[in-house]
Amino acid sequence: MSESAELTGPRTRIPSEGVAETAASERDIGVKVGDNLVEVKNLTVKFGGLLAMDDVSFNIKRGEILGLIGPNGAGKTTCFNAMTGVYKPTSGQVLLEGKLLNGMKQHKITRAGLARTFQNIRLFGEMTALENVVVGLDARHKTSVVGALLRLPRHIREEKSAIERGMALLEFVGIADQAATLSRHLPYGSQRRLEIARALATDPKVLCLDEPAAGFNPAEKEELMQLIRIIRDDGYTVLLIEHDMKLVMGVTDRIVVLEFGKKIADNIPSVIREDPKVVSAYLGEPEDDFA
Amino acid sequence: MSMSDGPKPLHTAKSEQIDEDREAVGTPPGSSSAARRKGKLFGAWSDRWAALPRQKQWLFLIVVVALAYLLPVINPPFISTEPGNDFPLACQLMAIYALVAVGLNIVIGYAGLLDLGYIAFFAVGSYTAAMLTSPDSAFIKIPYLWTIPVAMAVTMFVGVLLGLPTLRLRGDYLAIVTLGFGEIVRILATIIPAMKGQVGFQNVGHPPGVGADGIPIFANSNGTPWYWLTLTILIVILFLVGNLERSRVGRSWIAIREDEDAAETMGVPTFKYKVWAFAMGAGIGGLAGALMGGQVGFVNNQKFDVVTSILFVAAVVLGGAGNKVGAIIGGALVAYIPLRFTAVAEYKFLIFGLALCLIMIYRSHGLLAARQQLLAYGQKAYAAVKKSNDAKNAQPATNLGEELSK
Ligand SMILES: Nc1ncnc2c1ncn2[C@@H]1O[C@H](COP(=O)(O)OP(=O)(O)OP(=O)(O)O)[C@@H](O)[C@H]1O
Ligand SMILES: [Mg+2]
Repeated sequence: MSESAELTGPRTRIPSEGVAETAASERDIGVKVGDNLVEVKNLTVKFGGLLAMDDVSFNIKRGEILGLIGPNGAGKTTCFNAMTGVYKPTSGQVLLEGKLLNGMKQHKITRAGLARTFQNIRLFGEMTALENVVVGLDARHKTSVVGALLRLPRHIREEKSAIERGMALLEFVGIADQAATLSRHLPYGSQRRLEIARALATDPKVLCLDEPAAGFNPAEKEELMQLIRIIRDDGYTVLLIEHDMKLVMGVTDRIVVLEFGKKIADNIPSVIREDPKVVSAYLGEPEDDFA
Repeated sequence: MSMSDGPKPLHTAKSEQIDEDREAVGTPPGSSSAARRKGKLFGAWSDRWAALPRQKQWLFLIVVVALAYLLPVINPPFISTEPGNDFPLACQLMAIYALVAVGLNIVIGYAGLLDLGYIAFFAVGSYTAAMLTSPDSAFIKIPYLWTIPVAMAVTMFVGVLLGLPTLRLRGDYLAIVTLGFGEIVRILATIIPAMKGQVGFQNVGHPPGVGADGIPIFANSNGTPWYWLTLTILIVILFLVGNLERSRVGRSWIAIREDEDAAETMGVPTFKYKVWAFAMGAGIGGLAGALMGGQVGFVNNQKFDVVTSILFVAAVVLGGAGNKVGAIIGGALVAYIPLRFTAVAEYKFLIFGLALCLIMIYRSHGLLAARQQLLAYGQKAYAAVKKSNDAKNAQPATNLGEELSK
């Protein structure tokens, strides 16, 4: 697979040390591999009368790729938003390494280790690709305003390492050659990849990807999934929203299925595939186009 | 993308944008923001500038700075505002406006916060200088030059004070609230007895030094020394603002301007950096106010009206919000035009109004497009990328990592 990927489309090259090493040298995660890193407990989100999420509970284990699937409007993006602090849940809890995230400011949640990408791309358009990634890296920087004003040693150190790490991340997602391009001028696929690089730059414990392959052709999708596998192998935990069932089945370790804001299944892909509820909710009734 | 994928066969990027528009509060890249800002003429200039070797850039800058210092001495015939207005004093006003525009550019151009009441900080700076030096004031007196840092500190404090309650607002709401700032200061100056309303403060202090003829070097009518002082301060401020721009502070500001919600999600403490933008902008506004108060020598409540505040915004927008050099040009132009063309000075607001309309129609980004260097060591990385891209055409595999660590 990797060889054919080399030949077609954008290249994914793994830096010799691996992403985890270059992007985040001092990773310190409080739970063991296979233990619950994130716990979502009885999460409920209401928009006026609409129950976008209804008492949803699931866990994300450290080191896995968890798929979050469901038909349009099932509440997948809402789930991300509630976890990352964009929406205040009506009730329920989100815990990261046993620490409650509810009520924390969004940027603090990011620093606590939950990073995300956006379903609709939201890059900083007037910044270059490299600058976008460095904004993510800044989440771990400690330079103060005075430090920057007077160019104190820490500022210099952080600026230098930011360039190196930023370039390594761009290299990792395969768009290093476009580092100097304004992100709004990047081709669509590169923008999607840049979103992932920017989220990785915040040194997350859990990386939440909201339909990262939307709008891709099958070959590009397969390549992106390859990238996500590498990210996981580098020690990141991934929560993945994706519509393409075939891809989700291929890449995830476990799948949570939402329908109308309710969790209807939570199991390994091979079981999910056979689950009649999932089949009727998600795969079945292709004529019923409620999207 | 095939039918078997599920009940949503046409899950394209486009349908997605529509799907998720409710989530997108900011401007998605590649849509409306991509349509504006396409300066061909000036864009080519900045490309050419970037391509110049470092030494040539410095040489060019030194020549420009030297010319700027010599401007009131040369008093060039066509450019001069004489006989209608004293040219050195005109230069001083241009430098003051340039300083104001550089400060306001931090707030509007970098952080994207539309502040229509920037005059408030200018006023606070002027009053600080006046009340600490004028014999009309009951306060303790300090030497004039000391009032400059004091004025900056006071205005920064006022900036934080006004920013904390208002910076939770966004866009138009913030603009409307800031419109009140200037009025607040003006009204306070009227009703607080110690601020002496319309009577104001005369004989505001100035830097020490007496010329050979017994007249103080920094006399009110002596524009050149004041201009040199202001220009020197402007250059120092430009260096400092440049340092901020090429740091996580500048990046946070631009990120907030581009997409505040995404910035917050990427770990930028947006509120904190918005308050910092206000404070930094305020400090520079106060500095300009203190210089203005000292040079004019008289401060009262009549000079700080909303119209002047809007003129400051016009200077930034005219020059190109988000571009330091543009801000300087915009500020200088806004001060210069009424002084140079005295016949039309009465119509200055009409002219600026028309100019703004034209700019909005033909160059919506202002004279110079926003482009900031946000990385202290970005040039090296970009050069490495370019080199590797060039090499790739000849020989496919080059390792950027190696290139960089050299
Ligand atoms: N800010 C909001 N205000 C009101 N309703 C909302 C808001 N955000 C989402 N919703 C509603 O909540 C429901 C779930 O939406 P959500 O975006 O989470 O779905 P999704 O599973 O991500 O779907 P898609 O596959 O289209 O991305 C939808 O009915 C949607 O209209
Ligand atoms: Mg969604």
